[in-house]
Amino acid sequence: MLEAIILSVIAASTPLLLAAAGELVVERSGVLNLGVEGMMIMGAACGFAGAYVSGSTLVGAFCGALAGVALSSIFALLTQGLAVNQVATGLALTILGVGLSGLIGAGFVGDRIDPVPQLNLPFLTGIPGIGRIVFGQDAFVYVSIALVIGIWLFLYRTRAGLVLRAVGDNQTSAHALGYPVLRIRVLAIFFGGACAGLAGAFLPLAYTPFFIPGMTAGRGWIALALVVFASWRPGRLVAGAYLFGAVTILQLHAQALGLGIPSQLMSSLPYLATVIVLVLISRARSTAGSAAPASLGMVFVPDR
Amino acid sequence: MQLVLERRAERSTIAAIASPLIAIALTLITMSVLFAILGKNPIAALGVYFIEPLTDAYSLEEIAVKATPLVLIGVGLSFCYIANVWNIGAEGQFLAGAVTGSWLAVHTNGMGVGHWVLPAMLLLGALGGALYALIPAICKVRFGASEILTSLMLVYVADLGMDYLVRGPWRDPHGLNFPTTAEFDPVATVPTLIDGSRLHAGAIVALLVVMLATVVLGRTIMGFEIRLIGAAPKAARFSGFNADKLVLLTFAISGALAGLAGIIEVAGPVGHLQPGISPGYGFTAIIVAFLGRLNPVGILIAGLFLALTFIGGESAQISMKIPLDLTKVFQGILLFFVLACDSLIVFRIRILNPFWKPVHANA
Repeated sequence: MLEAIILSVIAASTPLLLAAAGELVVERSGVLNLGVEGMMIMGAACGFAGAYVSGSTLVGAFCGALAGVALSSIFALLTQGLAVNQVATGLALTILGVGLSGLIGAGFVGDRIDPVPQLNLPFLTGIPGIGRIVFGQDAFVYVSIALVIGIWLFLYRTRAGLVLRAVGDNQTSAHALGYPVLRIRVLAIFFGGACAGLAGAFLPLAYTPFFIPGMTAGRGWIALALVVFASWRPGRLVAGAYLFGAVTILQLHAQALGLGIPSQLMSSLPYLATVIVLVLISRARSTAGSAAPASLGMVFVPDR
Repeated sequence: MQLVLERRAERSTIAAIASPLIAIALTLITMSVLFAILGKNPIAALGVYFIEPLTDAYSLEEIAVKATPLVLIGVGLSFCYIANVWNIGAEGQFLAGAVTGSWLAVHTNGMGVGHWVLPAMLLLGALGGALYALIPAICKVRFGASEILTSLMLVYVADLGMDYLVRGPWRDPHGLNFPTTAEFDPVATVPTLIDGSRLHAGAIVALLVVMLATVVLGRTIMGFEIRLIGAAPKAARFSGFNADKLVLLTFAISGALAGLAGIIEVAGPVGHLQPGISPGYGFTAIIVAFLGRLNPVGILIAGLFLALTFIGGESAQISMKIPLDLTKVFQGILLFFVLACDSLIVFRIRILNPFWKPVHANA
């Protein structure tokens, strides 16, 4: 029972972690891309389409990530190329993504695929208790953990990561030092798009073996909140994502137990928890000073 | 060769007027390509989308019916966006208003009450929407929580809350178990303007709101404060304007108008509370606000135009089997082009030639 719950918590947390990890890098470069939900749902539709047509979940995951990058390139063109307001552009990206995914996914509603295979090591996976949890996950789970470690190493242990943080914290100084602010941000936006697309692809490829329009159900927005929750630090992101995954799964189990609480109230718990967590984090921050990248969301037009 | 942006000395008036028109033209071109990809004749499809609804009386009325909530919500959102406050949860405030207004209709159903019911419902709807919008606003001014994320999260909560009510305590006992309240009494419904049509008095309310908003934004101190805090937050702070107060105020105004739109929709064309009363009005209204250049009259025109896409999309689905989702794609693309073209009002695009250096120094 406990093992089953932990397994389902990991499955519920993985898409949040993937999408939030990408957005964390984007925001660290000083860009606020609110289009995560749109890129995720496009990743879900294209990921499923790719896997269904090719018969390979790997191709599907690749298609999902590619769809995320394609959408994010529109965002990059507008916000970096044309200096358009990032909040409004991100919203437009979500509206477009929801519509396009419906259009692409319409032909695949009702189809099923074989879900991503799970790791099965001869001896290790069989260890009672922790075997399935540590050695029996699908590739997405391992990729998400590796991604967070990679991002941490990149941000804090490489020169390129330092430059990216500098661009996000003070765009004018970074520009004056000769760093290509816009180019760095565009690359970060592409990376965020790929992560969001991959996170979306996880849903029809591993979570449920079929595609439903709107299946992301606000996960992209929760991922955005997670970045704030994590104070823009990769390590805390893991804790946050698993906490939210746990809330989602526990409310499902509570619904199944039938405690007499309206199911709608339970279903709204992840969203309410997001609001409450944002309030608590922001309140704590107001005394300790903001952790947000100082140039977050600001338009940058290089002077020459 | 490189494209660079250069800030114009002053905002270009020509670009300000031309920008929405260029955006619409570019969107139509993109749509033609999309139609062609879907294997439909672009000219015929555009005709069904944008011309046909304008040719018969029924569709014209339907456009006004659909434009009513879009304009009401869009005008409210423009207050927020002018002040650089980001309320993106209008869909939730729309539902909250629909629920609080319906509360009275459900509880007075069949009791033969007087004509005070409808005005009271509209008032309750606006109040409900405003209070619901104040949650993210208070979270922002009191705790510094991002209003973008909190207002959006509350959309899901409102949706589930309404779902609970119509499936649980408010369900019509004679409704064959359908998740809906009983039909509202005639005194609790918004009267139609023409007998036998769906065009209702809510359209008049929307027009009044547009006029009122024009006056408030253009001719009052409050409107000036809202515009100044958005355009020059530092100057506004030095003049002693209270930024927190303006966040609460703009959220309350947009929430009230979204709530009013919600109860008008329920008590008007729908006639009862049920899930799915909104095809995303709260989100489409964001596009309406920007397409209308955050100007009440512009929003009225933009609301009518986007209502046209809803009607056109429905008839294109029926007559040409074009998927309904294409309307959302259209709306998203339109918002992109509107935002991109708006950039040309403030900036000018220059093509840099690396072999030719400008003589004047750009200070």
